[in-house]
This record gives sequence, C-alpha cells and structure tokens, in this order.
Amino acid sequence: MILLWLIVVLLAGGVLAWLAARTNPLLCRWISLAAISLDFVLVLGLGIRNFKASGIQVSVTGTNNWFEQVDWSWIPQFGIHFHLAMDGLSLLLVLLTMFLGIASVLASWTEITTGVGFFHFNVLWILAGITGVFLALDLFLFYFAWELMLVPMYFLIAIWGHERRIYAAVKFFLFTQLSGLLMLIAILALYFAHYRGTGVYTFEYADLLHTTLDPHTAMWIMLGFFIAFAVKLPMVPFHTWLADAHTEAPTAGSIILAGLLLKTGAYGLIRFVVPLFPGAARQFAPVAMTLAVVGILYGAILAFGQTDLKRLVAYTSISHLGFVLLGVFAANALALQGALMTMICHGISTGALFIVVGALQQRMHTRQMDAMGGLWATIPRMSGAALFFALASLGLPGLGDFIGEFLVLVGTYQVNVAMAAVAAVGVLTATFYALRFVQRAFQGPNSHAWQLRDLVVREGLLLGVMMALLLWLGLYPQPVFRLFAQAVNQFPAIWR
Amino acid sequence: MTASDLLALLPLLLVAATSVIVMLAAAVHRSHALAFGLTLAGMAGAFLSVFFGHLRQVTALLVIDSYALFFMGLIVAASFMVALLAYGYLAAREGNREEFYVLISVATFGAMVLAASTHFVSFFLGLEILSVALYALISYLHGRALPVEAGIKYLVLAAASAAFLLFGMALIYADLGTMDFARMAQLLASRVAVNPALLLPGIILIFTGIGFKLALVPFHMWTPDVYEGAPAPVTAFVATVSKGGMFALLLRYFHQSGAHSFSPVFLVISIIAVASMFAGNLLALLQNNVKRILAYSSIAHMGYLLVAFQIGGPLGGGAAAFYLVAYFVMTLGAFGVVTLLSERQRDADLLDDYRGLFWHRPTLALVFTGMLLSLAGIPLTAGFLGKFYIVAAGASAGAWALILILVTTSAIGLFYYLRIVVVLYQQPAASDRAHEPIPLRAPAATLVLAALTVILVWLGVYPTPLLRVIQRAIGSLG
Repeated sequence: MILLWLIVVLLAGGVLAWLAARTNPLLCRWISLAAISLDFVLVLGLGIRNFKASGIQVSVTGTNNWFEQVDWSWIPQFGIHFHLAMDGLSLLLVLLTMFLGIASVLASWTEITTGVGFFHFNVLWILAGITGVFLALDLFLFYFAWELMLVPMYFLIAIWGHERRIYAAVKFFLFTQLSGLLMLIAILALYFAHYRGTGVYTFEYADLLHTTLDPHTAMWIMLGFFIAFAVKLPMVPFHTWLADAHTEAPTAGSIILAGLLLKTGAYGLIRFVVPLFPGAARQFAPVAMTLAVVGILYGAILAFGQTDLKRLVAYTSISHLGFVLLGVFAANALALQGALMTMICHGISTGALFIVVGALQQRMHTRQMDAMGGLWATIPRMSGAALFFALASLGLPGLGDFIGEFLVLVGTYQVNVAMAAVAAVGVLTATFYALRFVQRAFQGPNSHAWQLRDLVVREGLLLGVMMALLLWLGLYPQPVFRLFAQAVNQFPAIWR
Repeated sequence: MTASDLLALLPLLLVAATSVIVMLAAAVHRSHALAFGLTLAGMAGAFLSVFFGHLRQVTALLVIDSYALFFMGLIVAASFMVALLAYGYLAAREGNREEFYVLISVATFGAMVLAASTHFVSFFLGLEILSVALYALISYLHGRALPVEAGIKYLVLAAASAAFLLFGMALIYADLGTMDFARMAQLLASRVAVNPALLLPGIILIFTGIGFKLALVPFHMWTPDVYEGAPAPVTAFVATVSKGGMFALLLRYFHQSGAHSFSPVFLVISIIAVASMFAGNLLALLQNNVKRILAYSSIAHMGYLLVAFQIGGPLGGGAAAFYLVAYFVMTLGAFGVVTLLSERQRDADLLDDYRGLFWHRPTLALVFTGMLLSLAGIPLTAGFLGKFYIVAAGASAGAWALILILVTTSAIGLFYYLRIVVVLYQQPAASDRAHEPIPLRAPAATLVLAALTVILVWLGVYPTPLLRVIQRAIGSLG
C-alpha cells in the first residue's frame, strides 16, 4: 500500500500546491516541499526497515525479492494489473527521485515567479510519473507512467524555459513520444507472443520473463525496447534532443531531466531489456558497447566545444551515460556495479552543476562563458562549489563518480580491452572540459567587473548536502554496493 | 407491429416524437428556452430508454440488439451535449432558434436508424433523414456567407454520394436478389450464384457513399470547408453523430455480410485507411485555422478507426467501438471549447484566438489541452486507451504494416496538436489583447465541458465498465 501512497502523495500534493498558489505562492512552495519530503521520509523508512529485517535484495531476474508491493486488477479484459513493487534498485532510484525533487523545488524558489502553482503541479506530477516508472511491474502500467512524465515535462520546458523553449520542448516531446510508441508496439508484440505460447493475456513482468521467443522475434522486440530506452538515455545517435531540452529548461527542469529522466532509460535497460531478452541482448551487446564508447567520446568532445554553460553540462551527460550503457552491456558484475553507481552519482553531481549554472544565470542573465571570468573574486563560495562538482564530474578519486566509472572500466576491460582503453580516453577528455569550465568562468581576472550575490543559505545548504553525499559515496560506497549485491551477482548469469 | 415491437423501438420513437413536439410547440409559442427544454427532456428520455431496451428484430428493416442500443445511446448522448452547447451559442446570434432543435432531433433520429438497420431500405432512409437535416443545420445561420457556402457544398456532394450508394445497392440487389444483410451474408458465404462483376462494384460503390459520410480520403474534400463554415456546435454534430451513426452501420454491414473478406475490397479499404491517416495528418500540418486543423485531424481519426474495422473480429470491433466513444468525447470537447470562445460575429477558429488562453482562462485552456492530448493519444486520456486498443488488436492479428503506419502518422499528428497547445500557453504580449473577446455566459456549455473532461479522464484511467458494455455489444453482432 505504501507504494501507492508514494504516488498519491505526489499527485495530490501537486493539485494542492496549485490551488494554494492562487492565494499564496509561498504556501505552494512549502506544500510541494512537504509532499516530496514526506515521500522521501517514507522511502527512507521503508529502506531502513527492510535493511534491518532481511538485507535488501535486487531482483533483476524476477525471482521474488520484492519487499513491498501492491497488485490489483485494473483492466481485466486485457489482463492489466496495477502492480507496483520495490526492490533495492527501485529503492535507491526512488530515493534519488525524491532527493532531486526536493533540490529542484529549492532551486526554483526564487527563479520561478510566474505561474507558480502550475509549475509546482508539473514538477510533482513528473516526479509521480518517474516514481511510477521505477516501481511498475506491469508493462502496461510501466508504459503509462513512462508517457505520463512527458506532458508535464513538456510544459515545464515550454512555459518556463529560456529563449528557444518552444523548439526544445517540441523536439523533446517528439523524440520521446515516437520512441515510446515503438516501445508500445514491442510491449504488445511480447504480450501476444506470450499469449500464443501460454494462452494467457498478461502484462505481468514475472510472467513475461518466461516467454519463449524465437531468436529473430526476440531481436526485433528487444530493439523496440532498446531504442525507447536509448533515446531517453540518450545514446548517440539519438541524443540530439538532449542538449536543447537541458539548455532551454528552467533549472528544476534541467535537474529532473539530467538527474532522473535519463536514469529511467538506464533503469529500463537493466530491468527489462536484459532480463526479458537475454539472448538478443547478448547478440546486440557489441553494437551497444560500441555506441556507448562513441557516446562517451563524442559527448566529451562536444562538451569541450561549448560556450553556453548549460549546454556544456548537458553534453557531459551524454558522455557519463555512455559509461552506464557500457557497464550494462559489458555483462559482468563489476561493470554493472559501476553503471549503477554512475547513475546515482551522475544524478547528484550533474544536478548540482545545473543548480550552480541556474543560480549564475539568475544573477547574471547569461550563460555564456565569454561573459564570465574571474567570478571567484566576487562569489567565492559558489565558485568553490562549482569547482567541487566539476571535479566530481571529471572523476576525481575520492568522489562518487570516480568509483562508478572506474568499475565500469575494470569490468569492460575483462570483456574487451580495446573498448576499455578508448573509454578511458573519455575520462581524460572529461578533465579538459571540466577544468576549462572552471578556468574560463571562475578563475583569472574579473575582467567584466561582476559584482554578484554569493550563495544564499538555501542554496548553500542544498549544495553542501550534495557535496557530502558525493564524498560519502566516493569514500565509503559499501552500503550502496550491498544494496545492489544480489542484482550484481545474478546479472552475469542472465546472459548465459 | 405488436406492442412489444413498439416498446423495442422506444428510443427511436422518443427522439422522433421530440422533433414533432418541438415543432408544434414552436408553432404555438416561440420560445428558445421551451424548445431547448423539450429537446433535452426528449433526448434524456431516449437515452434512459436505451438501458431498458427489448432485444428483438422489428420488421425486416430494424434490429434492436445490444449493438444497436449501444450506438443509439452514444448518439443520443452526443446530441444531448450538442444541444447544450448550442443553447448559449444560438442565444447570442440572430434569427429563429427553435428550428435548430427540430433539425437536431431529426438528424439524431436518422443516425439512430443507421445504427439499428439491417436492410438497405432502412440504411438509405436513415442516411437521407440524417443528410437532409444536416443541409439545413450546416447553413443554419443563413444570413452569413460561410455557413451557406458550406451548406451548399455539403448538399451537392452528399446528394452525389447518395446516388453512388443507391447505385451500389442496386447492383448488389441485381446480383443477390436481396436487400437484407443477414440473407446477403448467407449467399456470400455459399458463394453460389455470386457474380463478382456486379457484386464487387456494388460493394465499392456502397463504400464510396459511406466513405463520403465518414470523410475518408479520397472522399474528404468537403470536410475542411464544412467544418470551417458550419456553426461550431453543428460542426461538433457533423463530426460525431453523423459519422458515428454511419460507422455503426459500416461495422454491422461488413461484419454481418462478410463483404470485406473479398480480397479486392480488403485491399481498397486498406489503401483508403492508409491514405486517410497520411493525408489527414499531413494536411493538418499546413493549416492555421483551428476548425480546419480539427477537420483534417478527424480524417486521420477515421483512418485509425478504419484500421480497427479492417482488423475485424471481436478485438478489432471492440477497438473500433471504444475508439469511437473516445473520439466522440474528445471531438465534442474540442468543439465545445471552440463554441465557448466564439464571439457573436465569428467563430473562434484562428490560432490567434487561442494565444495565451491559459493566462486569462486557465481552466478552459486545460480542458482544451486535455482534449488535444487525447486526440494525440497521450496517457491518462480516453484517446490513449483507444489507440492502445487498436494497436493491440492490430498486433494480435499481425497487421504490422497498418500498425506501423498508424503509429508513424499519429506521431506526425503530434506536431499540430502541440502547435495549438503551445499557443495556449504563450505569454500574451500586452498589445495582443486589444480585442479581448467578451466571454459568453454559457453555463450549459461549461457544464458539458466539465462532464466531458471527467469522462475523458475516467475512460483513460478506468475503462473496465465501458469495455464490458462494448464486449457485449460487439458480441451481439454474432
């Protein structure tokens, strides 16, 4: 039941916040914050309770390791269930969802001044959709939640975005919608294949896992899923929506896009593509890994060439998510562990970078690096934070991102030395773009004589917590690894 | 005709009686409110009587089965809503208003006959009753240029298509010697004494007549002009009731006679479906007029429906019926918004009329957004489940080519729906709103929109009850 409440709290919170904004915008912000925080506490409580009881396990193989679920018949005519369930993987991702949700509400505290109510409504409904994606075990419900997060995100970009917001919003919508439709066809193909094999209509994950498919069909259906997730991830060559959407979105939108929406793609790969179609995935792995490596390098090179800060951060996401893709398809325990770690840490560090850039834009009304320079002199605390997160992003040992990417590289090395070597070059290029970002914007002389307001308490606290988390994940990642342990140990077996 | 025959025909009789009573009442005492009230009462009575229907064949012409009752209920409910939408709209316009309700009732009656007919005679009678009433309805504001032009265009083309239809019927009759659907099915199944040289042209000509009414490519030319020219509530009526009645007949006729199992017919219908999906969605991209966009979008939607029809069987039939309900809800909703925003002198059909609507009438903008997203097939709305149902039916039949085209074209469709949505949320420039329209006070229309929005979301989230009804209705086709 509690899983349903997680979603209901967000949906109802969104409506309440909207209504409240008519009388008092501040109340609306507090309601949103309260709703997400409540969910955060609920998930945390859930995690701690089960951690103590049995140790959390992840069930990538669909064996019954869900420690919390609801399962109701929804549309019996089609065998559709309202089935939500949580394991260690969903737990961590939902936790990340709520954390970044809080961050995005705080980051837009003073940034958003028009249509405050509708804005928060959209933010909360996106979070509800994302939570649904991470929890859904019925493929129809999964698709439903998958599509549900698009519309509010579209509004977020189209209404509160920057200069080219309409273009970016429409592009985002079309890419994700079209790929979603492909996934729908794939889901239905699987559904009917299962029906032909067993005579049962069902969208239930656990049942569909045992569908017998001939290799040819399996490959086509797998590709349907894969493309949908690859667009979200985004994998080169489906990445072109990302830079526009991230750049034009308001800060909250960028945080949610980079921190969460991209993770839904990775989650789909781990939860659905590999377990449902192990054979096809194995065949396809070399292609996916090649594209991942291309993405790592390509994203890094593009990031290096940007002068728009938001665009720069956006392109780094392509590079980092390339590591996730590589880690998933390297098909061994170490690499998967790295991929999962990268997902979490990228969410936090990129989210934080978008907060910094958003705060800069709010103060300077520009995102161009040329207009900056020497900002350290006027806003030392913010510059320090930017340096910290840039270092996290380039993979400095001691911070979370390093652990993730390092493990992916080690895992890939066991499978394919060449790929690991090329991907390692990607880590090197990250150094260039991250340091260039810091040098051009914050160091050197303050030639434009900027006088800006440094971090306020709200921003400072938020970024401080994010720094602490990254340090913790970098120095003592063991608890997180323990959450993933079971998945990681089972994972290589799926592929055989 | 026995008493139980009459009882079975109660929904039809009530609607027919409504038209007569309203006409007489208008002759005695002209009152807009009275005509409106009588119409609503009659329609509501007819709608309720659907739930207590007696299932039987009434003469050779009509059958009252779950299928007929389902579509009659749908048609009457839609007409009821159109009447509600029209009240405020007509009150703000010149001329006599009472006859509008007479015409609406007559047209509704015609559409209901189509849904129940099992014979060429009732088919043609129903169609003509519907069409003749529509000629007058489309040009109801006869003092204005656009409605009259639209009315004449519709008159000429509808009459021509009726001639095609009649000729097709004659050819089939010449071949099979019967006008009864069930008998036709037997003869076709036995394949004796069937002369394809008469039969195939007959079926194709009949399909031409039906295709005109449904505005399928290449019989769609009238659609944008009539949609644009007709008063907004009438456009809603043409888009829903008229097409719905015709589609109900199409489904029954081809289902019972099995006529689309002939491969040339199958091929022709497939081509028409594909052409409608492409032409509708692509041409809508080029429009700047909201009514014309919706006109082309309706062509595309008829294409989707035809895909479901083409798949056939209980799954395809169910998908078509469900999609039709969803289509009714979202089309009525969309034109309801157009009606509500229309000024005295002209309908709100330019994109500019909708610019920044969200910032001064947020609720209305959200309702419109909901309808457009449903037309585009986004979850949480009826349109999504409808499209899902069709794609599911197609996947079960292995009709991958049609399904892929459906998916591709509906992705194209996203462009123009989003275009309207984007306009709704644009920040209005200060100078833009120099001609701020005076909002009509139309509580009835507001009520309709509220109800439609609730139904839209309800069907999108919990369609189980409706699916049960539809499965029974489609099951009764045998």
